[in-house]
This record gives sequence, C-alpha cells and structure tokens, in this order.
Amino acid sequence: MFDLDLWREIFQSINMNRTRSLLSGFTVAFAILLFTILFGIANGLQNTFAEAFVDDATNSIFINSGMTTKAHKGLQSGRRIKFKNEDFDYVKEEFGNKIEFITARIYRNTQASFRNEQNTYDLRAVHPDHQFLEKTKIKEGRYINQNDLENKTKVAIIGRLVEEDLFLKTTALGKYINLSGIQYKVVGIFTDAGGDNEERKIYMPITTAQHLYGNNDYIDQISLTYNPEMNYDQALAFGNQITKKMKDRFSVARSDQRAIRVRNMAEGTRAISKMTGVLTFFILFIGLGTLMAGIVGVSNIMIFIVKERTKEIGIRKALGASPKSIVSIILIESILITAIAGYVGLLLGVGVLELAGPSLKTYFIKDPSISNSLVIGATLALIIAGTIAGYLPAKKASRIKPIVALRND
Amino acid sequence: MLKINQLHKSYPIGDSSLHVLKGIDLEVEKGEMVAIMGSSGSGKSTLLNIIGMLDEADSGDYILDELPIKDLTEKKAAVYRNKFLGFIFQSFNLINYKNALENVALPLYYQGMKRKERQEKALFHLEKVGLADWAQHLPKELSGGQNQRVAIARALAANPKLLLADEPTGALDTKTSHEIMAFIQQLNDEGKTILMVTHEEDIASMCKRVVRLRDGVIMEDKKVEQVRAEQYV
Repeated sequence: MFDLDLWREIFQSINMNRTRSLLSGFTVAFAILLFTILFGIANGLQNTFAEAFVDDATNSIFINSGMTTKAHKGLQSGRRIKFKNEDFDYVKEEFGNKIEFITARIYRNTQASFRNEQNTYDLRAVHPDHQFLEKTKIKEGRYINQNDLENKTKVAIIGRLVEEDLFLKTTALGKYINLSGIQYKVVGIFTDAGGDNEERKIYMPITTAQHLYGNNDYIDQISLTYNPEMNYDQALAFGNQITKKMKDRFSVARSDQRAIRVRNMAEGTRAISKMTGVLTFFILFIGLGTLMAGIVGVSNIMIFIVKERTKEIGIRKALGASPKSIVSIILIESILITAIAGYVGLLLGVGVLELAGPSLKTYFIKDPSISNSLVIGATLALIIAGTIAGYLPAKKASRIKPIVALRND
Repeated sequence: MLKINQLHKSYPIGDSSLHVLKGIDLEVEKGEMVAIMGSSGSGKSTLLNIIGMLDEADSGDYILDELPIKDLTEKKAAVYRNKFLGFIFQSFNLINYKNALENVALPLYYQGMKRKERQEKALFHLEKVGLADWAQHLPKELSGGQNQRVAIARALAANPKLLLADEPTGALDTKTSHEIMAFIQQLNDEGKTILMVTHEEDIASMCKRVVRLRDGVIMEDKKVEQVRAEQYV
C-alpha cells in the first residue's frame, strides 16, 4: 500500500531539517564510500593474483633437470642430467592413473620469417596434451595431433601476435613459415590469456624438433597436470613421489636440490587462496565496522531528532495520531536518509574505482570493481541498516506521552 | 454528555506519592460552557488531561457520551481523541513547519480523509475563524491571536463532541483574550460543549458555570450569569 500522504509528511520533515538530514546522511555515505573502495581494492588484488595463474593450469607439475651438486652412488657431482623420450614414457606409465594431461617440452629460439617480415620467437616443441596444460585456445585451424608426432610433419601452430607481426593483415593459415631455414606449414593460430608474451610463441610437434635439431631424443622439461579430483595433500604427496622416483632413476642423492627439480603449482595455489581468503575477511570486517559506525551515527541523530520533535509528536498524538503512524514517520525517514545517502556513497565509490582503477595497476591492483550482486546486497543492507538505526528512536517516539510533550515549559 | 464519578489520581514523587485528585464527581450536559478554576496545584490541569484522555485516572468512572473510558490502549485513545475531542492549548501547539491550512487539516489526516476533501474542510473552518486569507502562512508569520484562532479551527475541524481548552487566553493580551473568548462563546451559542481551565476570574465569568477546585476536591460548583465578551471587543 502506497500512502502518498505519509510520504508527503516525511519529505516535508526532511526538507524542513535539511542540514540535519544531510549531516546524518553524510556518515552513512562516507561509510559506504569506504566500504566500496576497500572492497574494490581487495577485488583488484585478487584479480592480480588470479591473472598471475591464469596462464597455466593450477594443477600443473613441472619436472626440470639440471646439474648434480652431490656425489652419489659412485657418481661425481657436476654431472648433467638430461631427460629423454624414455623418461617421458616412464613418468606416463608409472603415474598414468594420477595424470590428467602430460607433455614433454623442448625450448628453442627461432628466427621466423614470411616474405620480407622476420623476427625472433620462442619455439616450443610439445606433445598434443600441451594445449590443455597451457590453456591454449585455438583461434583458427588445429593444434598438434598424434599424426604429426608419428610422421614428424613439418607443421607449426603460431600465436596470434606472430601472425600479426609476420603476416600483417593476411591470414597465416595454410601458408608456409620459415623457421631457421626450414619451411613449416601453418596449421593453426592460437590465443592465450597469459598475455602478449604467450601469444608470441610458436609450437611444433616434439618429434619433428628432435629429428631436425640434432636428431636425438632429448627433452628439456616434462609437464603434467594431476587428476583435479586430488586434494591439496594428495597433490603434494604426488609431487614428492615423482621427485623421489625421478631422483632414484637418475641415481641422484635425495638431498640434491639441483639435479631434479619438481615445481608443484598446488603449493602456490594454496598459499594464494589462503591469502585472498584472509584479505577478504579483513576487508569485510573493516567494511562492516564502518557500516556499523554509520548505523550508530544515524541512530544517534534520529534519537536527537525525536527529542527535538517531542512536542510535535505530542501534538500529533493529541490530534489522534496512532503509535503506528508515529513509528512509520520516524522509521521511514531513517530508512530514506540511510538508503539515499548510502546509495550516493556507493555511486561515489564506484566512480572513484572507475577513475583511479587504471592508475592503480602499478600497485598490483587490477580492475578494482565491485560486482552487481554486491551492489544489490549493499542496497538491501542499507535498508536493513536504516531500519535498525530508526527502530529504537521510533519506538522511543511512539512512547512519548502527549501530556508530557505538551507541558508548558 | 460527560459523567465523572469518584475520580482519583496520584503521582509518584520519589518514594511517596502525591494525591492530586481526591474523588472528583462532575457531570456536564450537552451545550454547557464550564470553567474549571483553581490555584496551581489544585489538580485542574490533571482533571482536564484525564478528560482529554491524555492521562489515565487511578480509580473512578469516566463516561463520555455514554461510552465508558477505561483501560484504553494507546491506539484506541488516539481514535477517541480524534473523534470526540478538540484541544485548545495555552501555547497554541501548532506545528511550526506546517502552514495554517495544513495544521487545521492534520486531525482530518489522522481520520483518514482524502487530501482534497480535508483541505476543503480545513479551509471552511479557517474561514469560520476569519483566517481564510492566511491559509498559506506559517505560524511564525501570524500573531498570537491569529495562531490561537488557527488552533481553534483545528480543534473544530474534526467536529468533536467536546472542546477542551487549557488556559486558552493565557498567552494573549487582554484585548486579544476577549476576542478569543467572544469567539468561543459564539461556538457555545451554536451548541458546542466547552470545558475550559483558567485561573482568571474575568475569563471564568464569561462561562456559564464555574467549578472551583482546591487540593484535589471540588470546593464549589455553580451556574453563573454569563458575561458576554463582545462588549469588550
């Protein structure tokens, strides 16, 4: 039921006491402004973290080799460990049931050219599974497939920016690209959320690279993702198990930190999610604290308003105002002031985030913003806050005895 | 019209209590104009507050127009006040941010009357007190006598059975007092029942009946020859 007269009464009262209403609104507006900005910054920090890990799957494990630093089983230190295809097959067989995707990698730099355009790019020779590990998205054409591996085909999948650099405005798909003197057919163009650097890469089948660059079966790195259903502890144990087995396989001391290096993303992911969790908690704590201060502020001012209007409320009661009508006047006034002021604060906060957002990137705050659901949530919270702030004063007002209020003083 | 029987009222003061009304019996007929007199502390204002349902008696009966007024909830008291009673106060008690018309229309608002209708009605009553031209003025822009007339218009707006006036001329000079009294007498001539608290003899003499209170009991209750206020205006 919409009571126009009631609203007229309330607006008249707010209008008559503009300064007072403005002052009480200011507290709330400021509280919401702070809350919005804090929340936006927290979101920005989380975005930065999320972006740092968006490049690779979060359940990745990378196995690298290096030089031994300790003598072990009669072998000297300073021995170089190098992975071969058989090591890749070993990992695949040994841990097959726990592995989601697995690929070997060979890294090279390559001079790439097409007609008159040329540039240097990172080259990665990989297995087909690499696409899922690196979260590579195919824009056109296809990724490396099993057929490429078996036939050592001379094909290349190039990044979006490689295409832009070398092929200018034309499409690269189906054309031949020259990589360090050998012609490769471009069969796919990819994009990657990991940023420009990731889109300036060229992929080719690992067998092709092994055949053409030295005709050996060396590989630089083995990357895999473990079964995503594994929990943190299981993932950690899995990483340790791989480390142990690989060290044994190459007769490396267990304590040797350099010869076999296993990087388990589970550790980093865990630390980050813990940190953002704590951050979110703090922001919520501070935000709710400020909001509470705002509520107390409005409540205080409403109590003052009731005191100031005691006589008026007494007159109204003598003229036949029911306690309910007195409660609604005070309560709705409180809700209205809180909601409007809060909304102004919210808009200001969003505006500040919008304006300051781009310049905050240097402080690891990316796209600070608040979600729509949070805006709706905040609006509801404001209305509830207004009700809480107005309830006690309104109750107090409804208990005013006209005889006391009208006493001549 | 109004019947009061053995009315008692006391107020707690610290540990003891102050017995203000000590068994009041009073009967008022329709169309009467009664002055309640007494020095301060005699209980005259308390009596008026109880009659006005602004306060409640400890014991005794109060029947208004055959309706027993007892154990009222706040809500019910508000409805009764609105329907049966019109108040005129010494300090006018107008709402300072509402203009004359809005002030007069307020009791009608609490009756749930539509805006247009109540403004028409309020304007009619303002006209009756001769202030139609001042309808849009705020109380601070009006003189004391004008304010009291707005208050009277407000008291009349809801067409109450009983008009209660608490020292209606207390804040006015003699000339304005007489103007207001002449107006109240005119209302009484038209048939309104009026109950008035005052401590001024000349104001009391303008009523038709004077009830004197002292220390919470009625000392004297007599009909008087009404002095018409017009002759002084």
